[in-house]
Amino acid sequence: MKTVNKSFPSVDGKGIMMGRVAFTDDYALQNSLIVKILRSPHPYAKIKNIDASKALALAGVECVLTHKDFPRIPFTRAGQGYPEPSPHDKFILDEFVRYIGDEVAVVAATSNDICEEALSLIDVEYEVMDPVLNFEEAIDSSHILHPEPEIHEMFPIGFEPLRNIAASYHMHIGDVELSLKESDVVIQQSFYTQAQQHTALEPHTVNAQMDYQDRLVLYSSTQTPFHVRRILSQTLGIPLSKIRVIKPRVGGGFGGKQALHGEMFVSYITYKTKKPSKIVFTRKEVFESSYTRHPMRLDIKLGADKDGTLKAIDCYVLSDTGAYGEHALTVFMVAGSKVLPLYNKVDSVRFHGHVVYTNHTPAGAFRGYGAIQGNYALESAVDMLCRKLHMDPIEFRQKNMMKENETSPIFAIMGEGTEGTAMNMESCKLDYCVKRGKELINWDSIYPHKNVSREKIRSVGMAIAMQGSGIPYIDMGSAIIKLNDDGFYNLLIGATDIGQGSDTILAQIAAEELMTSLDKVIVYSSDTDLTPFDTGAYASSTTFISGNAVLKAAKKMKGLLIEEASKVLKCNVTETDFDGFTFKNTVNDEIINLRDLSNRLTYNEDQKQLVADSSYVGHKSPPPFMAGFIEILIDRETGEIEIENYVSVVDCGTPLNPKLAQGQVEGGIVQGLGMALYENVIISSKGKNITSDFLNYKVPTRMEIKKLVTEFAESYESSGPFGAKSVGEIGIDTPPAALANAIENALGVRMTELPMTPEKIIRALKAKEKRQ
Amino acid sequence: MSKITFILNGKTVSVEGNPGVRLLDVLRNEFKLTGIKEGCGEGECGACAVLLDHKIVNSCSVVLANVDGHEITTIEGLKETSRYQVIRDSFGHAGAVQCGFCTPGMVIATESLLYDNPTPTEEDIKIGMSGNLCRCTGYQSIIEAVKKASEDGDGLW
Repeated sequence: MKTVNKSFPSVDGKGIMMGRVAFTDDYALQNSLIVKILRSPHPYAKIKNIDASKALALAGVECVLTHKDFPRIPFTRAGQGYPEPSPHDKFILDEFVRYIGDEVAVVAATSNDICEEALSLIDVEYEVMDPVLNFEEAIDSSHILHPEPEIHEMFPIGFEPLRNIAASYHMHIGDVELSLKESDVVIQQSFYTQAQQHTALEPHTVNAQMDYQDRLVLYSSTQTPFHVRRILSQTLGIPLSKIRVIKPRVGGGFGGKQALHGEMFVSYITYKTKKPSKIVFTRKEVFESSYTRHPMRLDIKLGADKDGTLKAIDCYVLSDTGAYGEHALTVFMVAGSKVLPLYNKVDSVRFHGHVVYTNHTPAGAFRGYGAIQGNYALESAVDMLCRKLHMDPIEFRQKNMMKENETSPIFAIMGEGTEGTAMNMESCKLDYCVKRGKELINWDSIYPHKNVSREKIRSVGMAIAMQGSGIPYIDMGSAIIKLNDDGFYNLLIGATDIGQGSDTILAQIAAEELMTSLDKVIVYSSDTDLTPFDTGAYASSTTFISGNAVLKAAKKMKGLLIEEASKVLKCNVTETDFDGFTFKNTVNDEIINLRDLSNRLTYNEDQKQLVADSSYVGHKSPPPFMAGFIEILIDRETGEIEIENYVSVVDCGTPLNPKLAQGQVEGGIVQGLGMALYENVIISSKGKNITSDFLNYKVPTRMEIKKLVTEFAESYESSGPFGAKSVGEIGIDTPPAALANAIENALGVRMTELPMTPEKIIRALKAKEKRQ
Repeated sequence: MSKITFILNGKTVSVEGNPGVRLLDVLRNEFKLTGIKEGCGEGECGACAVLLDHKIVNSCSVVLANVDGHEITTIEGLKETSRYQVIRDSFGHAGAVQCGFCTPGMVIATESLLYDNPTPTEEDIKIGMSGNLCRCTGYQSIIEAVKKASEDGDGLW
């Protein structure tokens, strides 16, 4: 392979590095109206009256919008396939506000300062209501978040808003109660995971303008430009044909931009006033009013025989979706569907639970998408079980985990919001990942721990994980390849590069198939007018789904080229050889090069534009797998943890660009460690987010993690482009469980609540001493 | 309103305006320098970093009045230098650019670090770059990039 499986620098890196116009706000017109949102100071209230007259009287204020300005159309901001598995439970603006930071009114004005002043001049009379702030008390609470009759589910998702339930689910295989009863050893534990904020460095940003054809043109920092266009049309009543959404460079997403945040407001304002407008969320707004990860409680029971055969997994999950049910059911299901099949030899499995409404900032998509929560619970519980069995946790996993060519009945039962798709693991090098990771972390010489000094202990812990590669039969990607005179290509793709490097790897796929160099493939992506459809950057789908579309289109283009060349060379297509630059008649050795052929097709003879297009929808979702190993130094006096090393051995099939794949894994590891160690959205007893800046919400800096070691297993997934599976999310899944296991290996205490802060560790130690 | 004069990327410039406005806004809006990004607006993330008399500062936390008579270098000015070429190539080589929103600030931080200490240890690099947040890479590749820039740029700093 010439171009894939090579670490080319990203195609866009150089321009971005020197600060060229690239990101959404760089494209905002200078005369854009500034749009700002008046946000609720109450966790739950009814707006009795809004008086915007003083704000409207202020010079420079263009308009003030309230719920009275919008048609009452329930929708979901979640950027998902249509019909969405998220309930339609939100209005663009509503007479109810359901969390501190929810939208009350919107101002457009000629400057930032005027906007701010106008916001302060809007008089709102609230009828303050009792909020639901404890998600474990949400179901059947007397305080109902969504009593409004218009809201609905798009298909059955167990939506019971009058019970504060956004979605519910139940599946079982076998008789789990019986299997647990028949098991020699059973463990039972509840785990809590917290709200985490994405903190993409670029805040949510959108701008809009009317073009010379009187069409609405939106630049949006989004992961889902095509879903944005559809949802805007559905909610604002603007014909789809009148909207163009352009996604420029995006400064990170991690799921936070798999939704509409400011798009509705700037679109409405620009469409109505015909003036350009823009919104840039403040960091505080990003924290308070975009998305978090769904906090969960996972009640898990495992049963095994004395010989270490895992027999049963029983899991009840309660998930907090906050004020709106965005990604509610699907995140919940992934906590099972992309975790439980790791142990595919069990007799019985049950996975069930509820996703509840609370008066918290809405939860939404976030890298891992439930799998990190599920992984933390299951992989922690597995170590607890091993302790009870007196069995080595690695041996236990090797005995019970998924192997190549095996399957799990869960694949057919659980999809994302719907039924799943049966599949065999054609590529699964999990056994290698575990074996190699064990060597790299020096497991045998440290496990379970070594005393370093009176206070400090060195220990190791590990976890295994899986994810997916897109959503079968739902996620669709497509590509168009166009030949130009001089013999280079345009690659037009709907796929959405949000910094993960998909423009680069998709160009690599095209270049590989067309046997050309990377600089001959000019990528243009994510423009609803100019590029073909793609569901967007989520569900670890781009390499696999969009990549397969690009590969198919490139194959088609190659066929077209050979067909045209054979006409010139006067031979059959089977007699025409092509090496990417030169065509040869194998009968008489006559040649024509690609440049001459393309110039001839453009200007001289038999003129035509060669265009090849293709689309791809997955028929399965081959999971990437990994084993994560952590080495820590822990202080038994203070509970402080130093991360000495994190080893990731990953099976993502062929890494199409090993450097970019490594970046995905390591970025995920560090984000996962942040969640494991300290990242935490803290809501006060009054419902206020008290961690709404980088001072109070700590994200990892480079000081904390001493060493990251990332390797890829030799693996080939035949259904993926050049053997590739996706790799965007898998990295985030293992750190919480691996760290919790390392802590137990060091101190003998089990951390059942994230983040695992020094205070909690000391508290657990004290509790243990008390018990003894 | 007052007139503030400073050197911006090697050229003397003057701005008439409110001396209390943020340097970040002046550079982005008046001078259209899009390399300066606003990541947090509270001096915590480093995406808006520029060099003020060759010291790294967050331009969201500097008011216009403070740059009167001083020298400001942004990524747009730095990119004309041979040091930038070295940093650019090392960042590209190490895969240190993902979304790129933090990258101009990271490059400024690299220049500032190597200017003060041309041969930093890994610990020096971690400390020197700790004012700049990146949410994409996990930092390992950025540390490698700075190390490589220090090696490849031998003699330039």
